[in-house]
Amino acid sequence: MSTLKAVIMTDDAQTPAIRLRGVSKRFPGAKEDAVAAMDLDVDRGAIVALIGPSGCGKTTTLRMINRLIEPSAGTIEIEGRDVTNQPAMQLRRGIGYVIQQVGLFPHRTIAANIATVPRTLGWEKARIDDRVRQLAEVVGIDTAMLSRYPDELSGGQQQRVGVARALAADPPVLLMDEPFGAVDPIVRGRLQEELLDLQREVRKTIVLVTHDLDEAVKVADRIALLNVGGVVEQYASPDELLRAPANGFVEEFVGEDRSMRRLALATVGDLPFEPGPVIEVAADPAAGLAVIDEHRTDWLGLVDDEVFLGWVPRDQVAGGGALADAQRYLPAAQVAPSSTLRSALEVIMTSRTSVAVINDDGRFRGTVTLERIRGGLAGDLDGPAERAA
Amino acid sequence: MILLASRNPILRWSWIPEQWDSRIQPALLEHIQLTLLAVGIGFLLSAVLATVALRYRWTVGPITLFAAFLYTIPSVAFFGVLRTTALGLSIFTVLIPLTGFTILILVTNILDGFRSVPAPVREAADAMGLSPARRVLTVEVPVAIPYMINGLRIATVTTVGLVTVAAIVGQGGLGALILDGLRRTFWTPLTIGSVLAIVLALTFDLLFVLLRNWLTPWSRAQRS
Ligand SMILES: Nc1ncnc2c1ncn2[C@@H]1O[C@H](COP(=O)(O)OP(=O)(O)OP(=O)(O)O)[C@@H](O)[C@H]1O
Ligand SMILES: [Mg+2]
Repeated sequence: MSTLKAVIMTDDAQTPAIRLRGVSKRFPGAKEDAVAAMDLDVDRGAIVALIGPSGCGKTTTLRMINRLIEPSAGTIEIEGRDVTNQPAMQLRRGIGYVIQQVGLFPHRTIAANIATVPRTLGWEKARIDDRVRQLAEVVGIDTAMLSRYPDELSGGQQQRVGVARALAADPPVLLMDEPFGAVDPIVRGRLQEELLDLQREVRKTIVLVTHDLDEAVKVADRIALLNVGGVVEQYASPDELLRAPANGFVEEFVGEDRSMRRLALATVGDLPFEPGPVIEVAADPAAGLAVIDEHRTDWLGLVDDEVFLGWVPRDQVAGGGALADAQRYLPAAQVAPSSTLRSALEVIMTSRTSVAVINDDGRFRGTVTLERIRGGLAGDLDGPAERAA
Repeated sequence: MILLASRNPILRWSWIPEQWDSRIQPALLEHIQLTLLAVGIGFLLSAVLATVALRYRWTVGPITLFAAFLYTIPSVAFFGVLRTTALGLSIFTVLIPLTGFTILILVTNILDGFRSVPAPVREAADAMGLSPARRVLTVEVPVAIPYMINGLRIATVTTVGLVTVAAIVGQGGLGALILDGLRRTFWTPLTIGSVLAIVLALTFDLLFVLLRNWLTPWSRAQRS
């Protein structure tokens, strides 16, 4: 433990937090490898998603990292230390593990389940209680449930308790095997956000197994796509995986709508804005008409000293009255810089007007267009971590 | 027969206060003592055997076979044969067969209990960094408890019945009353011995149910 901490404090950015070299696993009696000569580096503070068809060795890989099973060949290092050189129990207490089938202790209350590792580490009772309540809140478990037993919870609730239990002792490394598989899409989305928030705050190194490509794209800094037999077909950022699939298998796996998925990766703020068919409200209507014609559109946007007022149709501008008196089209089509390109596209597709980008403080920043989004897809779209930084 | 029955009623109430101190109470206490000793020793032996079986998987078959063999020996023969040995009329003549008969029930229930621990629960305990000993004591044993208590329940109720048979070697607790009644064709001690044995078995049964519910609130949560 102390060595582990020391390594973290020196914060040697060169050593990956987890490094697999030529790791393979063949179960006794099996004809094929479950995992074949896998190389994988996980940077400190990164979220790596393992994804791939059922039986491709995702769980096996996680279990080798915390030595629940031993590799047949190869080496695994955590913070530069070969895991086989440290006592397994000590190693595991520094690694939070969310197992695929949850595996809560049926005879212990939810609170006691969450407190498993802190109790093993000998924390004081008051500290444990505080921590349990804090975690219950993080994963969205009502504190009234803390005194219940696992069998009294729904599958999704149990899964969240499993996540809380893994986080309890604040381990620097987290291994999560389909942690959100049994929760509904809304809660899942919230838990994914929580995970990203948590990640921004405490910078854990996380390996997350998932079946859900959208989940991987949303939360991961890098995605390892595995094929049956534990072969890594591609290990790349979500954007690269979607933009440039390494081979036919990857291409098929990410699907025909991979460009649509990529749109979830970047926000409107990542695109260069254009001023668009927009004019100061005090301007001459004739100047307004000129702007409309220049942009070959039917709508004119009005701003009053950077504050966006709304969109007015061409015939109102052509009527000749003051622009301030023209009737505005409501609600005004607008997005925030933090909106994903996917949601911006949705607004573009459903609006007759252009789409304004409005800051949180209400200031007008420009417009977003289909052409700009298409242009964005041609280049690199940043992953969530880069965005957060 | 009818005449006989009226002169020799199923139960002569006055016999109870007359014989309570000298015969009924000692027989009842001896019965309880033999039952608890047999089941207690049987449980300790079974725990050891189950531990061996869980540790060295190949021993499961031989151990179960041995326990089944003990179980199938006719009880009368078992008591009778031991009586002719050096053990004679000592308590071991009774205790050895009684204990032997509990082992099959107890070993299989203890093994079932440990097998009932879901693999993910065991894996989670390991993944949390619990030592194997701690995993067994704080996770596997508690989860196996309903099965163990179930085994104790069946073993105890069975033993209460078997103790009466030990009367043929002179130490049968309530069985002595029953045997006496049979020999003298005097139904009162037979009735009292039988009724008390049944009540005793039901009482043990109830106590074990209460014990289980008290020890495993989590499993009640599951049932309700
Ligand atoms: N303990 C084991 N003994 C023998 N074979 C095993 C064992 N565990 C896994 N396997 C085999 O290894 C392969 C990989 O299994 P693994 O559990 O890692 O798959 P996975 O990618 O996690 O699949 P899923 O998405 O269905 O959870 C499978 O073919 C499986 O049958
Ligand atoms: Mg799996």
